[in-house]
Amino acid sequence: MISKLPLTQNINAARDPVNLEAYEANHGYQAARKAVLEMSPDDCLQVVKDSGLRGRGGAGFPTGMKWSFVPMNTDSQGNNVSDGHKYLICNADEMEPGTFKDRLLMECDPHQLIEGMILSAWTIQADVAYIFIRHEYHFASKLLQDAIDACYAKGYLGKDIFGSDFNLELYVHSSAGRYICGEETALISSLEGKRANPRAKPPFPQISGLWGRPTIVNNVETLCNITHIIRNGAQWYKTLGIGQDHGTKLFGVSGRVKNPGCWELPMGTPIRELIEQHAGGMQDGYKLRGFLPGGASTDFLVEEHLDLAMDYDVIGKAGSRLGTGTMIILDDKTCPVGMTKNLVEFFAQESCGFCTPCRDGLPWSAQVLDDIESGNGIPADLNTLQNQVRFIGAIGNTIVL
Amino acid sequence: MNQSTKTNSTKKESTENDNSQANARTISSILTAPELAEIDHEISHAPTRSAVAIDALKIVQKHHGWVSDESLSGLADYLDMSTAELDGIATFYSLIYRKPVGEKVISLCNSVTCWIKGYAQLEKHISRQLGVGLGETTTDNRYTFLPAPCLGACDRAPVMMVGEETHLDLTPEKINQILEIKGGQQG
Ligand SMILES: Cc1cc2nc3c(=O)[nH]c(=O)nc-3n(C[C@H](O)[C@H](O)[C@H](O)COP(=O)(O)O)c2cc1C
Ligand code: FES
Repeated sequence: MISKLPLTQNINAARDPVNLEAYEANHGYQAARKAVLEMSPDDCLQVVKDSGLRGRGGAGFPTGMKWSFVPMNTDSQGNNVSDGHKYLICNADEMEPGTFKDRLLMECDPHQLIEGMILSAWTIQADVAYIFIRHEYHFASKLLQDAIDACYAKGYLGKDIFGSDFNLELYVHSSAGRYICGEETALISSLEGKRANPRAKPPFPQISGLWGRPTIVNNVETLCNITHIIRNGAQWYKTLGIGQDHGTKLFGVSGRVKNPGCWELPMGTPIRELIEQHAGGMQDGYKLRGFLPGGASTDFLVEEHLDLAMDYDVIGKAGSRLGTGTMIILDDKTCPVGMTKNLVEFFAQESCGFCTPCRDGLPWSAQVLDDIESGNGIPADLNTLQNQVRFIGAIGNTIVL
Repeated sequence: MNQSTKTNSTKKESTENDNSQANARTISSILTAPELAEIDHEISHAPTRSAVAIDALKIVQKHHGWVSDESLSGLADYLDMSTAELDGIATFYSLIYRKPVGEKVISLCNSVTCWIKGYAQLEKHISRQLGVGLGETTTDNRYTFLPAPCLGACDRAPVMMVGEETHLDLTPEKINQILEIKGGQQG
């Protein structure tokens, strides 16, 4: 019986994290072995494309399409020939306030991620991979490193993995702070040992990324999904979602609800089920005033949106974004202006300082919100905020309620 | 590689003519053998020496608690970078400390969910109990108190880290226990 909640099937908070032995006892590394020995990279790419998987890092970009831009050098017989390194990077920076899903996956089942990375690296024919993890996740880093060491010892990583002629080196890189590192081009700068300045696109990382070589950056949860998609197939994966999007996803709730936490649910699950059933509804004495559906950079939604399906396009049409799927609840006893100020202060502090609207506009907006919160606001402040939002673009949307 | 600066800075301390040996000696008086071994390990799988700048800064910090001017310029030499370039990197990253910190850093999450769940009260509590504000170190040098962006445990807010340990569902009483504040003042 194949689990309908594959990402968390091995996860039990009351137990120790899954080690290599336990992981293998539950079909672990069978997909990676099969892919590397029996499937072509093209076959794998087709399965991922057919699955309809969309990136779980926040933007929901179709993973198969993203990978298809990586140049595959093949000779006249269709065999892959290497002309230098290609890189796969797992984005484990998880610094978007309100987000706590990748930590769970890494702390409870590190091999699921490693197997997903082997499969992804095989598909794009990357020979070097990194897990770029935020510094504070000490426990996850150590667990991943131990799991990686165990894989090297068994020949699942390194040279000629699973007895094939495919080589893959996998390193854990622990970051040194700064939210901007999570943006994929900034992450690449940081991995090169530089300041984490974002880079202009194009060229896209798929063509010119780390050290100018083809590079794919994917979120932890995206890569974990790959394990199950290759293991059980695209058709199976498509049966998991109950709305427009396919598969399952980790959804979370934090704030003044009775039972804050993180759950794996089918894509398309109504928001109401997440907040009222799984998170237990509001704490006694508090009412729901609004919520950010997927982290600090997503726009507020309100009660009338509770019956929307948690699908990327549905939440997009409602004027927000599904983002990371971890919801932050605004209750009726928390000041919305204060909360917005807190969000803006975060972005002001974490701005990489490269572009003026963000570097100067955010502290200005925070100041205006401070005035409003302390009762010194003037009507023109609203215009100021709206102008700032126009300048900043996507991230700025958070600051207009 | 900036050989001339290396030679200049090492000449006074060395009577030998072999610059590389002299240089190695200077480096080893700034960076210890275990630090150098860890840095060399990073360099072994990096395309250039400067590529490991961030890892190397973190290694130095792990051993000394922070990155002093002396460590920084020694490290810059070792990585074939200018001191200014390495300092530009060190100061960009919030978790590289260019000033001394106490034995342990208290990182209190000030992001959105923790803010909703009472960050302001806890910040005041810690300040009062330890007699330091954010960014300051206690007089006994035990703790440096810093704000932190979301620590990725928002379902258990409020959250702080003390050193490498994460502490969840904080209350003033719990904080007193964690920080071993004996008979803590009320409030
Ligand atoms: C400011 C900023 C911060 C980001 N932080 C993260 C992050 O912490 N983790 C993540 O997976 N993606 C983050 N992203 C998105 C990445 O740029 C990238 O789209 C993502 O890692 C791609 O993975 P996916 O296709 O698997 O979703 C961030 C984007 C921006 C603009
Ligand atoms: S907001 Fe404090 S841990 Fe996420």
